[in-house]
Order: sequence, then structure tokens, then C-alpha cells
Amino acid sequence: MRTSRFIPILALLGAVVLVQLLTLAGGKAFFLTQLTMSAYYTLIVIGLCLLMGFAGQISLGHAGFFAIGGYTSAVLTTLDLAAYKENPLVAMLAKAGVLTARQDLYGGSLLSVHPWAACVVAVLLAFVIAWAIGIPVLKLKGHYLAMATLGFGTIIYSIVLGTQRFGAADGISSVPPFPLLFGVSVSGDSSLRVLNYYFAWLLVTVAMVLLLNLISSRVGRALRSIHGAEDAAGAMGVDTARFKLSTFMLSAVLAAVAGVFLTHYNGGIGPSEASIMKSVRYVAIVAVGGMGSLWGTLIMSVVLNFLSLRGYFGSFDDAVFGGILIVIMLFAPDGIIGADLRRLVGKIANYKQQNSNKSQ
Amino acid sequence: MALLEVKNISKRFGGLQAVKDVSFSVREGSIKAVIGPNGAGKTTLFNLLSGFLLPDSGAIVYKGRPIHAKSPHEIAQQGLSRTFQHIRLFAHMTALENVMVGRHVRSRAGFLAGMLNLPWTWREEQEIRERALSLMEFLGIVDLADANATSLSYGQQRAVELARALAGDPAMLLLDEPAAGLNMRETADTARLISRIRDLGITVLIVEHDMSLVMQISDEVLVLSYGEKIADDAPRAVQGNPEVVRVYLGEDDA
Amino acid sequence: MFFELFFQYLVAGLTYGTIYAIVGIGFNIIYNTTGIINFAQGEFVMLGGMTAVTLYGFLPLPLAVIGAVLITMVMGGLIEMVFIRWLVKPTVLRMIIITIGISILIREGALLVWGEGVRSLPYFTGNEISALSLGGVRLSPQVLWSIGVCMVIVLFLNLFFKHTMLGREMRACAANRDAAALCGIPTKNMITLSFVLSAGIGALAGCVVSPITYTQYSIGSGLAIKGFTVAILGGLGNSMAAVAAGFILGILESFSIWVLPTAYKDAISIAILLAMLFIRPSGLFGNKEAMRLKDF
Repeated sequence: MRTSRFIPILALLGAVVLVQLLTLAGGKAFFLTQLTMSAYYTLIVIGLCLLMGFAGQISLGHAGFFAIGGYTSAVLTTLDLAAYKENPLVAMLAKAGVLTARQDLYGGSLLSVHPWAACVVAVLLAFVIAWAIGIPVLKLKGHYLAMATLGFGTIIYSIVLGTQRFGAADGISSVPPFPLLFGVSVSGDSSLRVLNYYFAWLLVTVAMVLLLNLISSRVGRALRSIHGAEDAAGAMGVDTARFKLSTFMLSAVLAAVAGVFLTHYNGGIGPSEASIMKSVRYVAIVAVGGMGSLWGTLIMSVVLNFLSLRGYFGSFDDAVFGGILIVIMLFAPDGIIGADLRRLVGKIANYKQQNSNKSQ
Repeated sequence: MALLEVKNISKRFGGLQAVKDVSFSVREGSIKAVIGPNGAGKTTLFNLLSGFLLPDSGAIVYKGRPIHAKSPHEIAQQGLSRTFQHIRLFAHMTALENVMVGRHVRSRAGFLAGMLNLPWTWREEQEIRERALSLMEFLGIVDLADANATSLSYGQQRAVELARALAGDPAMLLLDEPAAGLNMRETADTARLISRIRDLGITVLIVEHDMSLVMQISDEVLVLSYGEKIADDAPRAVQGNPEVVRVYLGEDDA
Repeated sequence: MFFELFFQYLVAGLTYGTIYAIVGIGFNIIYNTTGIINFAQGEFVMLGGMTAVTLYGFLPLPLAVIGAVLITMVMGGLIEMVFIRWLVKPTVLRMIIITIGISILIREGALLVWGEGVRSLPYFTGNEISALSLGGVRLSPQVLWSIGVCMVIVLFLNLFFKHTMLGREMRACAANRDAAALCGIPTKNMITLSFVLSAGIGALAGCVVSPITYTQYSIGSGLAIKGFTVAILGGLGNSMAAVAAGFILGILESFSIWVLPTAYKDAISIAILLAMLFIRPSGLFGNKEAMRLKDF
């Protein structure tokens, strides 16, 4: 079982390298920018796939968690505490490296929160909010769950849009680069484009490995049992409330991480990232990917996000996603990739299992 | 020694008194049956025992500890497992996976361990799989391991559900009409199976309509009528109880 | 001065309350016959208002309103026939996603047809500055139009469901669809009818309030959440309660501007929705109660 999970992961890494070489050879290196952004969006949708496809809980508010991550990081890293330098707390934080001095576009000096510290705060905040929201929300089912998560998303959107500190309709810009190792940073700097592309996809690969492990573990089985028959899962000793909550929090954290890095990559974030249409778009991608298929979701995420970011859908961008939702749910509620792929994987798994059963 | 003790338990739904002041106990290692006409409160009683409903009053004591305020998963974790009258298998999962979920209470890999796939977690997975397969072997359904659970025949689904309930090594098993929808031969098989389960040391409490099955395997029979206990005795004594005869002859339900 | 301001907020609240109530009732009608929450409910209001504005370009106002209502009703029926009628036992998740998709398509279609501009119908009687004097306070006649039309709709629906054959058949369909089908009631047509009906009342409300609240291609989803809040507050399926809940929500929202920035207005009603869902989820799902409430 373990080796069979390695092969698709290796294939993913191979495809990532291949695409980079192709863009290099084809002189289309600028494609990497959209592919990097797609990678971050993919991080959100594979988390959402776990929540919707495996635990069976819809969320129409995941853009909210992306925004919590992105905006927290943006606010903290663009904050200027230089005027409070003498304040003992600020001085202590600066000494500890939590605060960092840098120069703004015009050469003025700023004292703001270090991106790493901001990232930790952002992810923790998403974690805590997902916990607080998740406890009551996940008690709901069906329409009520959909409306409650939609409501959560709308609240985040109207807060972001209505608050001056978050830049209101303009959002926050001039977010500094996010330093990684060896002078490499997550930023829109075109000389770092290739490295950023690899970093983003490495992140997706790691998340993919973790989630693939999870779904084939005891937890994954418990989540699917909740999806299949929640009361029976409870009767089998599955703490359904806790498992749903943990899944919700895990997917919220993935969305927040994506928000943090994409915000540093783009150098800013705007309120549209928190909009309901974004949340619906993530749901659409999970639906097309086959609801319960991480690979299907990943593939559709890259395809759709790339096309959308390159502007191929023109002014029909939202309409395309709306149309996709309807068509998929009408004709192929199990997704277009999902059904076939899963049947194939199922066959292989069965074959392997039979062999291993025989050998026992 | 009483494994399960029910003390003066009552449950009311609006104007309907579904269970009224019922007390009884189940001896460790015995098979006890709950019978009664339709609407006697048998399923309500089961839902109270397994934590799906909260009693209005009264107490349920299992292994010396009160469980009537606990949720279904906590009760299952204490080793009290159940099946459902209307089979509730997990859709989109194989028969084997269904049974493996039953092992949930006897394993511990959580989110972190699952994501990291640590050596001990895959050893645990292996153990869960082997245990599930051996139970399916015991019930004669090991051939169905890889079939989609909800595509199986009715009798096979019952067997999968039973295997799932047994997979957590429960000390006590609640069976809600295990012979419903089965033909005579399958019913006889089920009766033998329940005796074998008891012989494994598992205490069984069973709700059943099939009188021959109940009389054949039970050590004790509890009779409910309109939510009230009218008899609680050995099968032979219950058969001779005039109150029980009246309740049952009044309806052609037996 | 204080009293005047207070009264202004109250009137604004009542006006918005009428639309929320009507959208809530629209949810109820479809929910009762199908068990579906139609996420595209708010789009009917938008379609009604926008179509009426367009028709008013070459038709007199009453005809434009009637035409807009009829066109939206046809749209509602078509939506049901094209997207919903032929699905066999769709899951709740599937229906949620489909109706969300429909709402997006309607909105994007409206953007294509009407653009981003904000539009409105003229006042039905009088104009922006004309006002009725009611016990010393001045009141725009359009507010009375809105509240009046809302009342007429509720009255009409009550009569329709209680005293007409068709209305009774729809209720039978709501109580037990299979049994209704066995009695020879064409349940599929009843479902189409419920979409037509709820599209019609939504469109009518959209026309009546358009002079005061204006209308734009994107107002639908916001209205849908408000309408759902109202439906939940009143208890799903209970239309008289939805009217009361609509006014309560409208007034609460309008007075919230006193203490909070306007931008957070939407957040208020959603917070109410969430609180309602959290505090009384069992009451909302309670079988017996739900059965009782299912009766219109």
C-alpha cells in the first residue's frame, strides 16, 4: 500500500519539473506566475476536498479562511511600529526578531512584524477561528450548514470590505517578500519566478502526501463513515463531532497558509479574495474533481485556476464556474475525473489486496 | 453478575409514553431478548441504551458505571455495541472497510499520526485489517471483503453489520431485529450464530419478532407492552404468563 | 428631531423588511413542496425589478410591472423544468450546489444584459418629495405601497393554499409527496408551480421596492441570505411568522446603523442567522415540529 502511494507523488513531481522545462523551452516562462498562484489555490481546494468529499461537510466560506491568513499577514507585515521603538514591549519583540526593520518603497524605514512571525499568527488565528466557528456550525446539516458557512464567509467579506485598516475596497498593497532560505523569498520578483514556482508546488506536494496518508488511515476511514451514515459512525465509537471539527480546522489552516504565501507572492491582497464567489469557485473545483478525489481536485484546480488567471474566460469568469457547477451536478455528480480514476485505482488496489491475501 | 442494569427508565415523545418506568438487568454472558407487539417501545429502549436518546428519568448502569447521559460514541467506546433494525452500512465503502470502522474503538491513530503514517500506525492498520478479515471469516463473508457494502444482498448486509459491531471486541452486543427480512433457513443460521457469539463471552441483548428464534436461544425474555414491562423471566415461564398470552393473542404480531 | 430620525429608520426598516419577508416566503413555498432551499431565490427579486425597468421604457408602469412579474414567473418555471424536474432523488448537497450555480448564471446573465448600473422604477404615486402626513410624521407613499403589496401577497397565498383546489393539492404534496401522487395529484407540476409562484411574488416585491431601494444585477445573493434568515427566524414553512420576522430583521438592521458603521449592516443579519442556527438547531430539525410547520 505504501509504495503505490509513492508513484503518483513522483508523477506529480515529474510533471512539475516537466512543465517548468516546457515553459522554458517554449519561451513561456511567464506562465509560471499563474502556475504558482494556481498551486496556492490548489492548497485550499485539496483541504476543502477532504472536508467535502471525505467528511461530507460543505463549506461555502473557505475564502474567509484564505482571507484571514492573507489579511493577517498583510496587516502585520505592513504595520509601522517605528514610532513606538522606545516602548519596552516593542523593543523586546524587535530584539527577539519578531519585529524587523526594513525600508519601504520610498526609502523610509519601517519597523514591522517579521513575515515568519506574521505567518504563525495568521495560521494560529485561522486555527482558532475555525475552532470557534466549527463547534456550532458543524452541528448543522444540509441547507443549514451551507447557509451558516455562507454566512461566515459573508461576515468576513463585509468586515474586510468595511474596515479602513484592511484597506476597504482597495485591499492592502506593498506587502514585503517572505524570506525563505538562502536569500530566496516568496515574492513577485521575476528573477525568483522559477524558485517560487518550485516552492509553491513543493508545498502542494507535501500537503498532498499528508492528506493522502490521512485518507487511507483510520481517520480517513472514520471520515468516510461519517459521510456514509453519521449515526452509525457514532454507534461504532467514532466521535463524529470531533472528527468533523478537526477536518474543518485542518482545511482552514491549509487555506490560511495559502492565503499567507499568495499574499506575499502577489505583494498584496484585496477584498475579492474573501468574496463568496471565491468560496463557490473552490466548491466548484472540488465538485468537478470528483468530490472524493484528491487527485481529481488537484488536476482540475490547476487547469481551471490557470485558465481563469490567464484570463481565458474573459468577463465570463464567474459564469464559467457557475455553469460548471450546474453541469457537473446535473450530469456527473461524482465528477468527471473522479469516477473513472477511482474505478481504476480501485481495481489496482483490489488486485494488490487479493495478491497479498493470497500470500498470507 | 449484572453487566447491564436498567433502573426505572422512562421516555416520552410529546403525548406518547414510549417507555414507562422499565427496570431490568442483563447477566454477564447471557442472551436476553426483548419482545413485544409493534409500538411496545423496543426500539426506543435500544436507542436509550445506545445513547441515541436521552431518558427523561431513570438510570442505565453498564459495568457499574452510569451511561444514560453519554453520547453514542462514548457508549461504544465502553464496549457496548449495536446493530440497527434498518441496516445502516457506510455507503461508498467496501464490506471490509465497513468492518474496519468497527475496529475504531480499539485503535488510536489520530490526525497527526495518520498524516505522517508513522510505523506504528501502519502496524496498527495491519492489525485492524487482519482482525476485520478474521471476523468476516468467522461470519462466512470473507469472500465479500472487497465488494461495495451497499451492493450486497440483504442477508449479507446483515452479516457485514454484525461483523462491524463485533470488530470493536464489545463486552455486550445490542441486536435490533437481526432476523428481520431473512428467510427461515437464514433465521436458523442467525440463531446459531448468536449462540456462538455468546460462547465467545459476549453478552447479547436482542430485540426480535421471530418468536421461535427468541425462545430457542434466550436465557431470559423481557416482554414490553405499550412501553411497560409486563414480564421478565425464563422463556418457558414467559410463554405461560397469562398477561403475555393476552397481549400476544390480542394481536397477530407474533 | 430625535423622533423624526427614529421614524425614518423605522420606515426604512419596514421597507427592507417587506422584501426580506417576501423572499423568506418564497423560500417557504419551494421548501414546502420540494424540501429544497432555493439559493437563487434573491435573483427573482432582482429579475423582477430589472425587467420592469426595461419594460417601463416602452410600456406604462402598471403593464411593465405585470409584464415583469409574468416574465419572471416563466423564468421560475423554466428553471425548475430544465434543472430540477428530471433529477431522481437528488441529494441535498447536489441541490444546494445546483441552485447556487443557477443563481450565479442568472446574476452573470443580468450583468451581461443590464450592466453594472443601478436602476429603479419611478414612484408608483407621487415622487421622491411627495409625502403623506400620518399623525404629524411624513411618510413616502411608496412605503405604503410596499407594505400593502406585501400584505396582499400574504393574504392571497393564505386564501390560495387554504381555499383553492390547486392550493390544497400543493399542500398535500408538501405533507406526503408519494401519497399525493397516489391520489392522482401531478406532484411534478406542483413543484413547477411552486417555483412559478415564488418567482412571481419575488418579482412583484422587486418592482414595488425598486423606487426606494434601487436594483442592481448583484443584489440577489444578499437578499437570499436575508430571506433565509427571515425564514429561519419565523420557522421554516411558516409564512405569517416570516412576515413578522422580516419586519423585525429590517428594523434591527436599520437601527444598527446608529451604533455600527454602515458597512457592517449585512454582518448584523448574518450574525442573527448564525445565532439562530446555533441556539435552536434542534428546534429547527425536530421532526414533529417540522411536520407541523410544513403546513403552510
